[in-house]
Amino acid sequence: MNRIDSLFARLRRENGKALIAYLTVGFPSLRALPGIVDLLVGEGVDLIELGIPFSDPLADGPTIQAASQWALRQGVTVGKVFEAVRGLRRRHRDLPIGLMTYYNPVNRFGVKDFCRACAREQVDGVIIPDLPPEEANEFIRAARPAGLDTIFLAAPTSPISRLRQIARSSRGFIYYVSLTGVTGARASLPGQMQADVRSIKRMTRLPVCVGFGISGPAQVRQVVRAADGVIIGSALLNAIGRSSKNSWKPVESFIRLLRAACHA
Amino acid sequence: MAALAELELVYSKARRDRRFQAELQEVLTQYAGRPTPLYHAKRLSARLGRGIRVYLKREDLLHTGAHKINNTLGQGLLAKRMGKPRLIAETGAGQHGVATATVAALMGLRCEIFMGETDIVRQRLNVVRMRLLGAKVTPVTSGSKTLKDACNEAIRDWVTNVRTTHYIIGSVVGPHPYPMIVRDFQSVIGVEARRQIRRETGRLPNAVVACVGGGSNAMGIFHPFFSDRSVRLIGVEAAGKGFPKGPHSATLVKGTVGVLHGTRSFLLQDKDGQVIEAHSVAAGLDYPGVGPEHAYYKQIHRAEYHAVTDKEALGGFQFLAETEGILPALEPSHAIAYLKKAAPRLKRGSVVVVCLSGRGDKDVELIAQELNGHGSTNSP
Repeated sequence: MNRIDSLFARLRRENGKALIAYLTVGFPSLRALPGIVDLLVGEGVDLIELGIPFSDPLADGPTIQAASQWALRQGVTVGKVFEAVRGLRRRHRDLPIGLMTYYNPVNRFGVKDFCRACAREQVDGVIIPDLPPEEANEFIRAARPAGLDTIFLAAPTSPISRLRQIARSSRGFIYYVSLTGVTGARASLPGQMQADVRSIKRMTRLPVCVGFGISGPAQVRQVVRAADGVIIGSALLNAIGRSSKNSWKPVESFIRLLRAACHA
Repeated sequence: MAALAELELVYSKARRDRRFQAELQEVLTQYAGRPTPLYHAKRLSARLGRGIRVYLKREDLLHTGAHKINNTLGQGLLAKRMGKPRLIAETGAGQHGVATATVAALMGLRCEIFMGETDIVRQRLNVVRMRLLGAKVTPVTSGSKTLKDACNEAIRDWVTNVRTTHYIIGSVVGPHPYPMIVRDFQSVIGVEARRQIRRETGRLPNAVVACVGGGSNAMGIFHPFFSDRSVRLIGVEAAGKGFPKGPHSATLVKGTVGVLHGTRSFLLQDKDGQVIEAHSVAAGLDYPGVGPEHAYYKQIHRAEYHAVTDKEALGGFQFLAETEGILPALEPSHAIAYLKKAAPRLKRGSVVVVCLSGRGDKDVELIAQELNGHGSTNSP
């Protein structure tokens, strides 16, 4: 049982919900990453999703686009992301860590080599938003022996047949995209989200976590009523952007609010 | 993915539907001005010498001024079949944007065009045209601020408004079924050219030459000649400021295999898989990817791909203007430039068809500036 499975097994026993935090590696800097992760874990974040910056982040809104461009200008490469994971793993032995990346950097690295490197650095799962399960055979074949969870995205427009395929191909959890659109904090989530999550849960025993558009505690409460976890990305990066080098206070207070909403 | 599946289904039905084909035929002839002439460029041929005969496929004479309208009319009809009231498109040179805005007006659909900020400046005339046609033109300020980034933004809009919106991709790129649909709608170029050249000369050409950015005009004219093994298919990419140092857009000549915008094909990328910014003086060629079917043609050696620089393309523009009184767009100026360069190596008496994919009205300001800048003896 890997760290992601153990996490959800524990949450199921405790009737808890997972709080998942997304960070673009290299924003605001590679040096700041361990400190931010320590803080998030200390505040009760259950799983860290590390984004490999990409030149053309198609599924991302303005916040993550800007963070990615920033990170690339800092010279962040796939190799440096793996180094960063190694550093984090030394500090957090049991923390579930996922990587979020677009397909082209994986393709360039070599799909098999990428999965092997993930296994070596003890990454637990990989999310590739522009890789649909229909095209993912090579990736899945490489990920399974590496013990890597393949986490696929389901959208509000996915028909039942595709949801079944997404469930079959996924390990760890299913990433339900709360809305039609790209990442980025929104004022409200579509009403169909809870019903969609419940119908996916009837289809599979995998946990379902919801991301895209989550901006604050009200939405977290809305999500965890139906889902097993919530993923916070752009709004967290915005809080990081509001912080200064010496104080992550805005991050701390923001994540505390979300954690409380998650438990409610 | 669901929208792609829907599009594939609707298209496969439309393809076999007589009514759809008749409707498309009607707008292509009565509205767009098909068939376009295949013009024997005699003075240009004479300048090349050695009995070489050059025929220009005059897509520049179409309504809106380029081959792009062939595809937008077809996809506009598909959007109506799917009941989608809004069209979006990316555009580089603005020709595809104008062709989409035109079709939206013609069919009573709403329209938004995404265009890189750099391109908005260098293809200003087309921005004005799109706005006059009632389209909203949204500047894209991310990345290189050109065609690739306009594609990114169009895709982001599409996933957001997918229930009401059809995305008209302008080239033979993007996820399946787009490369196939755009190729099919553009194949009318090659089908006509093949019939016309046989009627005119009694035989097939020795070569067909077209410029390649994403590759839609080239694929449109190449595809009907695919099985004619004696016909050389030659695609001409943009070498930009020149190899090895300068930025360029020569994806097939210099790129490596990658995945961008849902297509596995050749790509300009660094060793980490980050997409490199392309460059060409021709905004319509300024794209770091290329249609997957061109990658296939290259791999099986059915087509050959070369590149000419910005400077050579300007020379091609002048050559056609002086010899034939035709101002081509900067994109097909690359094809003319290649022809001029390669003529000495062509067989004596060769018959060559060049796809003149668009006219140069949009480029005259820029060309005048560039020619003055290069200190040409023949500046306008």
